[in-house]
Amino acid sequence: MNYLHSNDVARLERKANEIRQSIIEMLTAAQSGHTAGPLGMADVFTLLYFEVLKHDPQNPDWEERDRVVLSNGHICPVLYATLAHAGYFPVEELLTLRQFGSRLQGHPHRGTLPGIETSSGPLGSGLSQAIGMALAERMNNPYSAKYFYCLTGDGEVNEGQIWEAAMLAGKEKLHNLIVIIDRNGIQIDGYTKDVMPLEPLRAKFEAFNFDVQEVDGHNIRSINDAIGKAQAVYSQPSVIIAHTIASKGVDVFERDFRWHGNPPGKGPEDRVPRDQQAQVALEKLRTLAGTISQETL
Amino acid sequence: MRAAHLDTRICSPEVELVPNRRGYGEGLLEAGKRDARIVALAADLTESTQTHMFAEAFPDRFVQCGVAEQNMASVASGMAAMGKIPFIASYAMFSPGRSWEQIRTTIAYNDVNVKIIGAHAGVSVGPDGATHQAIEDIAIMRVIPNMVVIAPADVHEARKAVLAAAQYEGPVYIRLARAPSPVVTTPESPFVIGKAEYCFEAAGAPEQTVGLVTTGTLLHHGLEAAEALQQSGYGVLLLHMPTVKPLDTEALLALSERCVGLVTIEEHQQAGGLGSAVAEFLSAARPTLIIPVGVADQFGQSGDPEELITHYHLDTPAIEMAAKRVLGG
Repeated sequence: MNYLHSNDVARLERKANEIRQSIIEMLTAAQSGHTAGPLGMADVFTLLYFEVLKHDPQNPDWEERDRVVLSNGHICPVLYATLAHAGYFPVEELLTLRQFGSRLQGHPHRGTLPGIETSSGPLGSGLSQAIGMALAERMNNPYSAKYFYCLTGDGEVNEGQIWEAAMLAGKEKLHNLIVIIDRNGIQIDGYTKDVMPLEPLRAKFEAFNFDVQEVDGHNIRSINDAIGKAQAVYSQPSVIIAHTIASKGVDVFERDFRWHGNPPGKGPEDRVPRDQQAQVALEKLRTLAGTISQETL
Repeated sequence: MRAAHLDTRICSPEVELVPNRRGYGEGLLEAGKRDARIVALAADLTESTQTHMFAEAFPDRFVQCGVAEQNMASVASGMAAMGKIPFIASYAMFSPGRSWEQIRTTIAYNDVNVKIIGAHAGVSVGPDGATHQAIEDIAIMRVIPNMVVIAPADVHEARKAVLAAAQYEGPVYIRLARAPSPVVTTPESPFVIGKAEYCFEAAGAPEQTVGLVTTGTLLHHGLEAAEALQQSGYGVLLLHMPTVKPLDTEALLALSERCVGLVTIEEHQQAGGLGSAVAEFLSAARPTLIIPVGVADQFGQSGDPEELITHYHLDTPAIEMAAKRVLGG
């Protein structure tokens, strides 16, 4: 783990903002897809791909790479945008999202796009796959320095398979497994506390023998510190509960579960008319919600 | 007459009875010795799926997942993504029964090298009853792209199917039975994924010849029926198809040209199994009368295996009766 200097943090924040703009642009072009989760996880993804991971965008199948398993596949716009900005494929290709013949499938497909470790979308199975990868690696080399990151969401942990997997990870003491939960408090039908209350979420994972940390999912330095600690945990899998704001960065969309599965142009109309949603979102991002002029960013 | 490669004791009192799942245990152990990439996973049914032989020989390559078949399927997918060749075994009702979506998305859509072993398929599971009798598994596995589906006839064929699956690159489903069943083939009998084999040939003129097409352990009843039909003066050909997918279309086409119609024979629902696969192909390639011997849209129940085989009209007289319908009798 590297200590982040303030200029590193500023660089990563700027990159996260570019990724958020790409997310808005690709969703707007597709007129289909999920907005809230991708915007909310942009900081975590940026930190992973631009600071934490051992990976090589020019050689996506490099055997020594860390593995990132996106379990909640519907937030793939943030994965695609981050991969493109990291150099896995051209940024312009992002605008083909969800179109016929595109490598950017509505939900990720392994083998179609460089950098995609697994197909996902049906919720609950990514954690199991990350566990399988971590187990296989430990069989091959008990001193391996690879880490296996599983990204999941708070809605996704409703799935029973998550807890089947968690039991196995705890049993196997998979120290090379780091799970990051997008705790944004929303899912399709509403707030998670109404649809299916999860608290005490920390205690649940502790009961499954995980090391548990909770962080502000938009504080780059805090997330980095938490990942560093998780890497150092010995003889236990780790989970980082990243408290995020759904649709982070576009204040008029933030915390509203109605943005879970709608792109700009098809979102709720009570705050921003549909024909202005994309433009407003991009302007909010470019000006950090009006706190700076576009020119200074 | 019976094919020369078959066990000579088949229709005699000396016929050997062995559960074909033992062939999985033996084949897995053998494959594991040959290839260090092979790993085995179990969901609390290690011994009854016969995975224990491998688990005892290679404890470091065995993962006990507990009673969690959905997790097991996806863990295997992850292991395969790292270069392992995982074999996952449970009862067919639970895997693929319960874990179908995980198998479809994380194994088949990912196109990773995982082998799925569904033991205790068919009504011959016996006393455990309908909850444990998978008679839908061929249908739900056959319909998944990239998936190979094999239903071995006996312990030798099961062992060979496991060895072949270990060398085949991609997802494979192997369906096994609980009850001891007649050892019909021999270690020398040929087995190639996707290839059907004639096990009985007494052809007459095509209009007086019936083709029997079997998969799984009902091959034995098929052979008994073939003998009886021959003795009654009919022409009869028995094509055994351990691989339901990919279907050996060449062999089916050739068979259909030699007979007036076919009887498909399987310990599975008539809907979606071998009979459906054969009909899907021949209805376009060479429209042929096909009478299915299989479970007629019912659930199983408790009983002795043979009692249930008879009750659901899967036994030798039921096959003969279907054959006579094909022959216009």
